[in-house]
Amino acid sequence: MAAHERTQFTLDRITGAALPVLAVAGALVVGALLLLMLGVNPFTAYAALFNGALGNVSGITQTLTKATPLLLVGLGICIAFRGGVINIGGEGQIILGAVSASAFAIGFSHWPGWLLLPLTMLAGTLAGLVWGGIPGWLKARMGVNEILSTVMMNQIALQVMNFLLRGPMLDPAQIAAGTNIPQSAALPEAVWLTRLVPRTLFHSGAILAVILAVAVYFLLWRTTIGYRIRAVGLNAAASRYAGIPVSRYVVLSMALSGAFCGLAGAVEVMGVHHRMIEGMSGGYGFSGIVAALFGKLHPLGAIPASAIFGSLLVGADKMQRSVQVPSSLVVALQGLIVLFVVASDLYVRRRSRRRMEERE
Amino acid sequence: MLNELFTLATLIGILHSGVRLATPYLFAALGETFAQRSGVLNLGVDGMMLMGAFTAFYVAFNGGNLWLAVAAAIGVGCLMGLLMGVVSVTMQAEQGISGIGLYLFGLGLSSLLFKTLIGSVESVSGFPKLALPLLSDLPIIGYIFFDHNVLVYLAYLMVPVTAFVLNRTTFGLSIRAVGHNPEAADSLGVSVNRVRYVTLIIGGGLAGVAGASLSIGLLNVFQENMTNGLGFIAVALVYFGSWRAVGVLGGALLFSLVNALQLWVQVLGIPIPSDIAVMLPYVLTIVVLTLTVRQIQQPAALTKPYERGE
Amino acid sequence: MYRRLILMATFVLALALAACAAPAAPAAAPAADAPAAEAPAETSDPFRIAIVMPSSTTDLAWSQAMYDALKSVQAEMGGEASLEIAYSENMFQVTDAAAAIRDYAAEGFDLVIAHGTQYGNSMFEVATDFPETSFAWGTAVDTGTEQGLENIFAYEAAADEGGYVNGVIAALLSEANVIGVVGPVEAGDAKLYIDGFKKGVMDTKPDAVVNVSFTGNFGDTALAAEAANVHIQAGADILTGSAQQVVGAVGVAKENGVKWLGTQSDQTSLGPDVVVANQVYEWTGTVKDMIAKIQAGELGGTAYNLTLANGGLVIAYNSAVAVPDDVKAAADAAIAGIEDGSITTME
Repeated sequence: MAAHERTQFTLDRITGAALPVLAVAGALVVGALLLLMLGVNPFTAYAALFNGALGNVSGITQTLTKATPLLLVGLGICIAFRGGVINIGGEGQIILGAVSASAFAIGFSHWPGWLLLPLTMLAGTLAGLVWGGIPGWLKARMGVNEILSTVMMNQIALQVMNFLLRGPMLDPAQIAAGTNIPQSAALPEAVWLTRLVPRTLFHSGAILAVILAVAVYFLLWRTTIGYRIRAVGLNAAASRYAGIPVSRYVVLSMALSGAFCGLAGAVEVMGVHHRMIEGMSGGYGFSGIVAALFGKLHPLGAIPASAIFGSLLVGADKMQRSVQVPSSLVVALQGLIVLFVVASDLYVRRRSRRRMEERE
Repeated sequence: MLNELFTLATLIGILHSGVRLATPYLFAALGETFAQRSGVLNLGVDGMMLMGAFTAFYVAFNGGNLWLAVAAAIGVGCLMGLLMGVVSVTMQAEQGISGIGLYLFGLGLSSLLFKTLIGSVESVSGFPKLALPLLSDLPIIGYIFFDHNVLVYLAYLMVPVTAFVLNRTTFGLSIRAVGHNPEAADSLGVSVNRVRYVTLIIGGGLAGVAGASLSIGLLNVFQENMTNGLGFIAVALVYFGSWRAVGVLGGALLFSLVNALQLWVQVLGIPIPSDIAVMLPYVLTIVVLTLTVRQIQQPAALTKPYERGE
Repeated sequence: MYRRLILMATFVLALALAACAAPAAPAAAPAADAPAAEAPAETSDPFRIAIVMPSSTTDLAWSQAMYDALKSVQAEMGGEASLEIAYSENMFQVTDAAAAIRDYAAEGFDLVIAHGTQYGNSMFEVATDFPETSFAWGTAVDTGTEQGLENIFAYEAAADEGGYVNGVIAALLSEANVIGVVGPVEAGDAKLYIDGFKKGVMDTKPDAVVNVSFTGNFGDTALAAEAANVHIQAGADILTGSAQQVVGAVGVAKENGVKWLGTQSDQTSLGPDVVVANQVYEWTGTVKDMIAKIQAGELGGTAYNLTLANGGLVIAYNSAVAVPDDVKAAADAAIAGIEDGSITTME
């Protein structure tokens, strides 16, 4: 690579990195109009947003707590996208992962912690693997589109959770009190993930997520399996011609994707809630997709992306509390940010394509 | 109890409910069919529906004519479709994600407008039941099909209209060409992006009516997030219907009839846990699709943005 | 190469954030995490309540009942100068709610209300860290005394009691002897209400039929509406239901001229001609009592239960719908019976 080319390359990367920031700024400008409509000074509000997310220990730990499930789900989404499938079913996979992990930990609570903790995670992962693998199999063998099956399976998972939480898994204390609130008993303390900062929810699941991000990078770019997953995603017909069993890899991509979402659910209950409750996910299956895209569908890119997106989510909530606007403003703002950032991606792609052409 | 389910009255009841329940799904899924046929996956249908639902409700709530309310809902839906076009067609954004952005935007904005402009859950007088003369007098059939409000009829009317536009008009040919092979369509002088904009706007308009069919047709209230993810089901039904209007009709009816069936199962006290009953339409939609043989391929360019001169 | 990109992205973003935040920072609202040490009870300062709710302040059900109560206590106490209210709504994601609860505590609110059982775990953690701040949660009975906590109030509503009374009214008003119930998920508050309702009907009219359906969801307005339709087709001439989804069902009742019995909030406005009566959760007494206790230095330890006897549950009739005197008398008898314990509202 010649020197001037390298400079060009670096410049491109800088603009590539700066663009999402500009896009977020653009979304915030539109959001400012909404704030003005509500009679709120946008500067006050946005100061609260940024200060809230990154200005103190509380904000930073909340951001990282939020980023943990986003990263785990995002990794799953990366694998699926690279394998050429769209996993809209993260929500259901998270829920069942959490349910399965909780049931396992409660069921075998007398087991020693060193054994129970990893197996609890495994229980969640396996549930996600199965719940993701089914739409993969339906797509590969039965030609059922994965968007259809995952949308439907999200609802099914929700009802499975309802059924278990108000019946077999219902906390005995809730039955005793006659309140029957659908939640499980508390998980044994042995499976609680260590809180990294006292008086916050920030737990060791974050470290696990980062390690797994590196692992996924190696899986996708340093192993034959990963190479084949990506080949199938890029061009299924050519892969088939090259002798790759395409349908097997479609199932694998979806199953792995589901496994990460299931693990995210398990980590959430083990690290944050310490019992299975309704509302433990509340949209991570979708926001994880956004986080993955912000990371350019690259497992290592997903690390900062989930932290940045997490900080936006946390900051927006803090803004809501600080200036007391309806929470729906925060949702609309998230939507705007997603739209602006995906749209800004065009220039990055155009540039990289031009560069490729120039080099040829 | 189980034998009660198989009485004529129950069967008629299930069909009557199913026909009505399918209304919002039909509007929204037919709109999405246009978009997908031209190669754009729009996951933001739910957000467009919410905007339509709010707009229609707001106009009706302020004493506006109901048809004016529908028109306003269509207008706002079209604007949402236009927004999706800017992001997904012009800016070539990843469609799986831009749709989620559109959904969040619509969900948030409709709730925000509701909070600021109305502020509490209120009811309006929506479209009344319109028993069609003569047809509604038919035994059984009359009650099942012709004893609903006018938006229900309109939804079913949209099925042949959609089929006609897609299969029998030059515009429909352009849509299919753009979705199947945009390069070829372009070389024949069809503006790929313009066609995609138009289908997204049509899809938005229909999603707007879908929302209106809830807020001033079937429910006559507006509540935050009142669609509760219905738009995502509508997107799924497009896949079920293999991108054909009739197929979408089949999917919407199947889903709604099973939903009506499970409500009846519960109401008649048949001892099945309610959660299992609620699952039925979702499970059966997958099962039926698995068991049916399909030869139709999805539009080849679906989810792929188009850029000239590649 | 990629690592460098990531570093760079993070760096640029950090710069941008710093640039944005720095000039405006002084204008920011009270910084989170400020020490919560200041004593709450100076009389000239307003009493400060923060509430975190799972649904919207306008859900016409669970969340609105509490929010309206706070607003009416505020009006009674003399407006914002005397009582400051901060709210976070639609906190269906518990992690977000946990963050909100902690932030409100850190900001020095006198009372932080976690208005959902699912928030319990998170709230207990925060309550341990902020012993000077008072917390309340419901539906719950646990005030944390076993864990050595003294700053937690718990509250619940005996939804079965009003459910029973509604059941008595429904049984007597029904001519078809078929009554429909549109439920959300068969658990918690909804289950209590529906169990009480069924018992009320059965004790009054053993040959009546109560059909119950669930939508599996709290917000599926469209399915709740269709459930109401199905109940009506199955012969029901009185309907009831629970959770925010029922606004659609009330509309269907109105359209078909079928009578409706509400719960949680007063739903009369949705069907002025068909809503007969509502079991209204009257949290104002609870809120006022908590404020009084906190001002007297008692930060928790009380478990409240809204009942008919203590005026927390009110059967509010809609004056626009005529209810025969004998029905009202029977309802009053049921209320008296529940209050003196001669009627049990659960199987």
